[in-house]
Amino acid sequence: MEFLSKDQLVKMLNINNLHTAIGDKEILKGLSLKINAGEIHAIMGPNGAGKSTLTYTLGGRPGYEVTSGAVEFDGQDLLTLAPHERAAAGLFLGFQYPVEIPGVSNVQFLREALNAQRKLRGEAPLSGGEFLKVARAQADAMGMNMDMLKRPVNVGFSGGEKKRNEMVQMGILDPKLAILDETDSGLDIDALRVVGEGINRVMRKPDKAVLLITHYQRLLDYVQPDFVHVLAAGRIVKSGGPELALELEREGYAEIAA
Amino acid sequence: MTTLPTRRDEAWRYADIDAVARLWPLAAPERINVAAGDTAARHLIVDAAQGATEIRQFAINLDKGAKFDFHVLALGGAYGRIELDVILHEGADFNLGGVILGNDDQILEIVTTVNHVEPGATSRQTIRAVMADKATGTYLGKVAVARGAQHTDSVQSFKAMLLGRAATANAKPELEIYADDVKCAHGAAIGELDAMGLFYLESRGLTPADAKRLMLQAFVAGVFDGAEAEEELQAAALAKLGELV
Repeated sequence: MEFLSKDQLVKMLNINNLHTAIGDKEILKGLSLKINAGEIHAIMGPNGAGKSTLTYTLGGRPGYEVTSGAVEFDGQDLLTLAPHERAAAGLFLGFQYPVEIPGVSNVQFLREALNAQRKLRGEAPLSGGEFLKVARAQADAMGMNMDMLKRPVNVGFSGGEKKRNEMVQMGILDPKLAILDETDSGLDIDALRVVGEGINRVMRKPDKAVLLITHYQRLLDYVQPDFVHVLAAGRIVKSGGPELALELEREGYAEIAA
Repeated sequence: MTTLPTRRDEAWRYADIDAVARLWPLAAPERINVAAGDTAARHLIVDAAQGATEIRQFAINLDKGAKFDFHVLALGGAYGRIELDVILHEGADFNLGGVILGNDDQILEIVTTVNHVEPGATSRQTIRAVMADKATGTYLGKVAVARGAQHTDSVQSFKAMLLGRAATANAKPELEIYADDVKCAHGAAIGELDAMGLFYLESRGLTPADAKRLMLQAFVAGVFDGAEAEEELQAAALAKLGELV
C-alpha cells in the first residue's frame, strides 16, 4: 500500500462525541473515532461495553436514539440518512446474528438491494445476467455454491455459513466502509481463515476502510488491523497499534480498561 | 338461505350486512361437480371495483376419488366474500389455497364448510391474509366429519400479517367430528412483519417499502405454487401488495 502524508489522508468516518440511548438507557457515552480510507480499525471490548450498539447506531437501526454527537461518513452527515441511504452511500453492516428471512431468496434480495443502491447513486441497474456473474464470482471466492445463494436468506444455514453469506453480500455490494460486528463468532478455524481472507480481498484497498468489532484477537491474526481501540462503558478508553490486541488477550480487559 | 343474514349468524358475523342487503336475494351458488376419479382445477380473483360488493358462493361436490384444486385471491371491492360449501365422497381430495389482501376500509372474507361425508377423503386449506389501514380479513373454516367418515385427513392453516394498528384479522377454524379415526389439523396465527428482518433488508439498500413488499411476497408466495393460472394470481397479488406497503 502506498503511504500518504498526513494532509493527504482521506477521511472516511468521523465519529465525534457520540451518545446513544436505547429507551432511557444511555449505552454510548461520548464515543469518538476517526477512520481514514485505506485503514483497518479493530474495536475490542468486554460484553456490555456498547460494541453492538455502536454497529446498530451507525447502521440506523430504529430504537437506537442518538442523543448527542455527530457522525460524518464520506463527507455526509450519516445520522440524517435512512438505513437504505447509508447503504447506498457505501456503508455495509456485517451482522453478528444474520437474520433468517423465509421465502426470500438470497439472489433475488441481493439483486434488488444492489440495484436499489445503484438507483440512489444514479447508476444504471444490473441485468439478471450481469448480476449473476458478479454473484457467482463472490460466492466462489467464499466457497459457497450458487445453490446456497438461491436458497432463502440464511434459512437453514449453519453459523459459519451465515457469516460466509455476509461476506458474499459484502463482496457483491462492494461498500466503501464495512462495519463487521463479531464476524468471527461462531466460526471454526477453517471458516475463520476463509472469512478473514474475504475481508482482505474485498476491503483492503486504498479507497476502502474496515471497522472490525470483536471480542477476540484470533480474527486479527488473519486481518491485520492498523489501529486497535478498547471500548469500555460506552467510550474508547485506549487506542494503539496491533500490539494492543495481543496485550488485551494476555492481560484481559479489566486490566487495560481500568 | 332465504332470509337476509344478520351478524348473529355465525358465518356472517364479520360481514358487511348493509352491503349484503343491497345484493339480496343472492343468486343460487355456482355448482361445481367433479365426477368420480376426475381431476379439476379452478381459480378466482375477487377484484370488484372500489366501493363495490362481490359475493361468490360455490357448492362443490367431489365424487369418489375425485380431485379438485381451487385457488382464490380476494383483493378488490369494499366488501368481498368467497364462500364454499364442499362435499367430499370416499377418497376425494380437495385443496384450497387462498390469499386475502386488503387496505383502506375493505372487508374481505373466505368462508368454507368442508363436509367429509365418506371415508378416506383429504382436504387441505391454506389461507394467508395481509391487512393494511383499517381493513378486515376473515377466514371462517368449518370441517365437518360425518359418522363413518373414517381416515379423514384434513388440514386448515391460516396466517395473517397486520401492517397497521387499525387492521383486523379474524380466524375461526372449526371442527365437527363424528368419526373416531381421523386426522384434523388446524392452526391460526396473526402477527406483524419482523422488525429485525426489515432492518436487515434495509441495511443492504432496499427502501422500507421494498423491504416490506419482499417479505410479504414471501409470506403469500407459496399459496399459489402450482396453481392453475399461477402467474396471473401471483402478478395480481404482487400488484396489490405494492399498494399495501
